[in-house]
Amino acid sequence: MTDPAPFRPVRPGSQAALDTPEYGSTRQRHPTRPLLRIPTTVTEATGPQFSPRQFAPILNMTVHAGGAAQGERIIVRGRVLNENGRAVANSMVELWQANAGGRYDHPGDTHDAPLDPHFHGGGRVFTDADGWYEFTTIKPGAYPWRNHFNGWRPNHIHFSLFGAGFATRLITQMYFPGDPLLPLDPIYLSVPDQKARERLVAAFDLETTKPDWALGYRFDIVLRGRDATPMENPA
Amino acid sequence: MTELIATASQTIGPYWHLIEHPEWADLTRFGATGERIVLTGQITDGTGAAVADACVEIWQTDPPTDDTFPGFGRARADADGVFRFTTIRPGPVPGRGNTQQAPHIAIAIQARGLMQALMTRAYFAGEALNATDPVLGLIDEPARRAGLIAVPAGEGIWRLDIRLQGVDETVFLDI
Repeated sequence: MTDPAPFRPVRPGSQAALDTPEYGSTRQRHPTRPLLRIPTTVTEATGPQFSPRQFAPILNMTVHAGGAAQGERIIVRGRVLNENGRAVANSMVELWQANAGGRYDHPGDTHDAPLDPHFHGGGRVFTDADGWYEFTTIKPGAYPWRNHFNGWRPNHIHFSLFGAGFATRLITQMYFPGDPLLPLDPIYLSVPDQKARERLVAAFDLETTKPDWALGYRFDIVLRGRDATPMENPA
Repeated sequence: MTELIATASQTIGPYWHLIEHPEWADLTRFGATGERIVLTGQITDGTGAAVADACVEIWQTDPPTDDTFPGFGRARADADGVFRFTTIRPGPVPGRGNTQQAPHIAIAIQARGLMQALMTRAYFAGEALNATDPVLGLIDEPARRAGLIAVPAGEGIWRLDIRLQGVDETVFLDI
């Protein structure tokens, strides 16, 4: 069996440090020893493959329990590629978010904003053969958090992606353009490189916008890719 | 060739249970055959406190995935920081070159306060191949190496505790 090509190393500045003091929860939870770099084996190069037959898509979060959710309907569409520019096809994307009032349908969320009986906030889509995905939801509201005095999380949607291997697993957050909370948010700011940070912000997209129905946003995602040229050749 | 840069990871946060499916913790639910085991353990932080909101995911390439065995599981840590999977005990899998890897299960931990998934592995105490495993062999300190080896904790039950920070900090992997 041919050895799997190694994954590209993380580009400096493109990922947040595990120890990010401005985000208080990292304090007791970040490892203090350096991560151990290991060779890429079948364990990392392969990963779970989900089928929409077994895991039913939830493409529209705006209708739940027999009624329409409150808030501004939006369409989010984008393409999932790997670092080599290839489409990540037929791959599951999981989504979760707060409702229009900034409240999660979750027992741990005690923010004094109304729950919406017609909004749960969980979604699941699959990319097509060219890596495209699309879903309809409600624009999530901002909400306070106790990280620091008068701290508020910007509007965001959580994304969970798998890709081809366990090493490509990615959980991230999509933000909205023009949000005044972004320059104040320690989680958004945890990504050192400004361009890398800005890639977490969706773009308003008139092409995705449906007349008389909903605004559209474009959010593309890049998963890790494998190096085409092996770094070491023991032969 | 086009070279793009991978999207930044952002924390899973405290409300990820909106994508929690408790049945995913049982990898045998589609009827897989083989030696059923439970993999369990407690996750604690730098103060020894339970990480009660962690999302733990596992992936194994043996037995091979098919309609009866997904190879992948997800479980929440409970109020004591304890996760629990039911799965099929893996056998050895190929390493790079002509090496063989000892039986292992890959683990990814996500939680509030984690900026990216923390990756580690669970090996099994008593496996002869542990002595020559190419990943275990990269860990010089015996005590740290032992931190990746699950120990028997009852009939068919294997326990691997995970320490995010501290003197007995788990070895986390850059994969």
